[in-house]
Amino acid sequence: MSRPAAIEVVGISKRFGTVVANNDVSLSVAAGSIHGIVGENGAGKSTLMSILYGFYEADAGEIRIAGAPRRVRSPADAIAAGIGMVHQHFMLVETLSVAENVLLGAEGGALLKGGLKTARAALAGLSQDYGLAIDPDAIVGELSVGLQQRVEILKALYRGAEILILDEPTAVLTPPEADQLFVLLRALKAQGKTVILITHKLREIMDVTDRVSVMRRGEMVAHVATPETSPPALAEAMVGRRVLLRVEKQRREPGPPVLEAVGLSCRDARGTETLREVGLTLHAGEIVGIAGVAGNGQSELLEVLAGLIQPSRGVIRLDGQILTAADRHPARLRERGLMHIPEDRHRSGLVTAFSGAENAILGYQHDPAFRTGPLLSPARIAAHAREAFAAYDVRPPDPALKTAKFSGGNQQKIVLAREIERQPRVLLVGQPTRGVDIGAIEFIHRRLLALRDAGVAILLVSVELEEVMALSDRILAMCGGRITGERAGEVADERDLGLLMAGVTDEAA
Amino acid sequence: MSAAPVELPRWADTALVPLVSVVAALLVAGLVVIGIGENPLEATALLLRGALGSAEGIGFTLYYATNFIFTGLAVAVAFHAGLFNIGGEGQATVAGISAAIACAALGAVPGLIPGFLAAPLAILAAAAGGAFWAFIPGWLQAKRGSHVVITTIMLNFVAATLIVYLLREVIGKPGSMQPETPDFPAGAVLTPMHQFLAPVGIKLPPTPLNTAFLLALASLFAVWLLIWRTRLGYAIRTVGANPRAAAYAGISPAAVTMIAMAISGALAGGLAVNEALGVQHRLVLDFTAGYGFVGIAVALMGRGHPVGVGLAALLFGVLYQGGAELSFDKPTITRDMVVVIGGVLILFAGALDGLFRRLVAGALRLGESSS
Repeated sequence: MSRPAAIEVVGISKRFGTVVANNDVSLSVAAGSIHGIVGENGAGKSTLMSILYGFYEADAGEIRIAGAPRRVRSPADAIAAGIGMVHQHFMLVETLSVAENVLLGAEGGALLKGGLKTARAALAGLSQDYGLAIDPDAIVGELSVGLQQRVEILKALYRGAEILILDEPTAVLTPPEADQLFVLLRALKAQGKTVILITHKLREIMDVTDRVSVMRRGEMVAHVATPETSPPALAEAMVGRRVLLRVEKQRREPGPPVLEAVGLSCRDARGTETLREVGLTLHAGEIVGIAGVAGNGQSELLEVLAGLIQPSRGVIRLDGQILTAADRHPARLRERGLMHIPEDRHRSGLVTAFSGAENAILGYQHDPAFRTGPLLSPARIAAHAREAFAAYDVRPPDPALKTAKFSGGNQQKIVLAREIERQPRVLLVGQPTRGVDIGAIEFIHRRLLALRDAGVAILLVSVELEEVMALSDRILAMCGGRITGERAGEVADERDLGLLMAGVTDEAA
Repeated sequence: MSAAPVELPRWADTALVPLVSVVAALLVAGLVVIGIGENPLEATALLLRGALGSAEGIGFTLYYATNFIFTGLAVAVAFHAGLFNIGGEGQATVAGISAAIACAALGAVPGLIPGFLAAPLAILAAAAGGAFWAFIPGWLQAKRGSHVVITTIMLNFVAATLIVYLLREVIGKPGSMQPETPDFPAGAVLTPMHQFLAPVGIKLPPTPLNTAFLLALASLFAVWLLIWRTRLGYAIRTVGANPRAAAYAGISPAAVTMIAMAISGALAGGLAVNEALGVQHRLVLDFTAGYGFVGIAVALMGRGHPVGVGLAALLFGVLYQGGAELSFDKPTITRDMVVVIGGVLILFAGALDGLFRRLVAGALRLGESSS
């Protein structure tokens, strides 16, 4: 170890109001290594990375780059210090070409004099060094997500990044794309670059990192060499107690069909087909999982079935009856026992400005149980929430607390409690554990399986392939708005599903 | 990255921040008063004495406050639905026209309805007129996507032109050079407060204050009930805070937008009730006199809550009445100066609100860590 640590943070603390996001955090990342950082949501990973990249300034502590103390007060400082960041949500201009995007922010003059040419030459060099096949003149918006991510990485390298921070890079990738990313990360490492990988997928940590640091509640709780640890040990360090990574599931014979869709197609506002001839049948007492990379029609499928958007073609049957346009209204469908846990609880499942109690009646505000006479009864609404919060272990169990102040997992439990306690017969579930702590994931998975065992027909959409595989009795893979294949839950394997998710259908194979 | 919103305890949010805003506005206004060579303390004393120092002053203050309660509530209700209704002036104008037409009908056919129903009918006509004028931009927003800020302000001009035409050509007083209607029938107008309270032995000097003030107080309560205790209010707040969540919950954002705008317009119509039915007893040109716009400041300052709106309306009532007295006593402090003070107040309570939130949050944190 003759080289000093590529990056070292010593005693970093950061508070937001009364919330301590980072408390005396120290971390040392060896040069030329891949270092993983894991932790639950809200553990402080993102805050720490934002401090490294100059979005926030730490209240206390020091950052050392290659052994020398350095102040990083803005992203520009970070770039100057050789730190590059690949955000979970790409910072790319979709209408510009790859070369133009790479040049963005490093134009080298108002007239781009020769800038593009230099960028193109540099890109060619970088592409060769790391085996990144990418056309510098391709329009970024037309590239696949995996390639767009490469553009982000190229952008950082072009600016001379020696340390690359990747924030949840595989959240948007198919398994084969993720594997390609890991090949690239290893190539970067071989060239002496340092990679910091933030993720909550323990398998990735085990696959690709050299060392791993675990954060919990704003503190570093463990630094270990990856070969010396295991997923259960990491999970325990993250949560602070033992957790079951995979809930047990009994085999069960499904009941009669409850929800059927035939030839469902759908167009978005721009006229692009988002669903193409989708057909599926949901039986009582089974979980059907949809596997797919985000943006391949799963969201639209959920919204069409929930009555939030209207299909352009196709038929939906509930209990054998064809649903008319008037039937396909969220309120009517709820009355008939079709409940929906939306993919994005912030955008549609909750009103974060409301109290927890008010959100616990969202969609059921017409229930007379919440009124005295014609007026809404705050006492009854609060009592209902207290009961629901207790049953679903929502913390803190305070119905008056503003919903925005609950953690992601507890917000999700509020939505879950609201929809499940209404005794659905069909439950549409989108991303049930997105942004939810490992401990709460276990709880949510158990609830969903209990519902299935009680005879509820569940459609599960999740970008977490592991989750789909763990819960589903049948798995449908989607790509480009089509269902590309079906597998039984117990025989599905990740590689096979990955191919279906990438659009390689059974017929083509 | 944009700054995170400042989170404050409820009491600080509802009481401390507006108070700090008002104090800061008064300090700045005091500097202006010093700038023109007057003593700000003396001016403040004169202002307060003018507004609250006599029964007459209080009567005028509450009369002004009545206007601000109605227009403030109008803005507040739309606010809860996520709509910025700046068309209070136009809605009140059309409300006045509608009430005047109702009164003309009542006057033309005596005995059409029982006498005791005349005033309620005129009030309903005003509310309906205001509601109609606000429903138009609500409909345009819901169905055509035209932004209410644009359409409400454009309809202000349409209403202002419409009233000139109608007063000149259709409902104006025959033979009068003034753009005004004939006096409303006696049964259709509201009772002045000094007459209203005389039977119970309370003697008040004659002021423009009339029973519309009681209607304003009732509206404060009714709006509170509507927003926080009814399903419609729940729907309005849901649409205002998160339209996607509303659609998910089976609430139609389009329908709620139109309903909320109509309610907002009906409340703005209260301005016509106070001015036309309560004070002038006829419809005159420009009776809205900018109260509709001040309602925006009242709603902002009152944080959209009826209690806050009531207090902010009272503050502006004090400023209007006290300011009139002040400019009477101190000719150097003109009516325009009082408008400047009002403007500073609006600036601090509305636009610079975030500044004080940050300061207050900082001060509270400091107090916490030192204790």
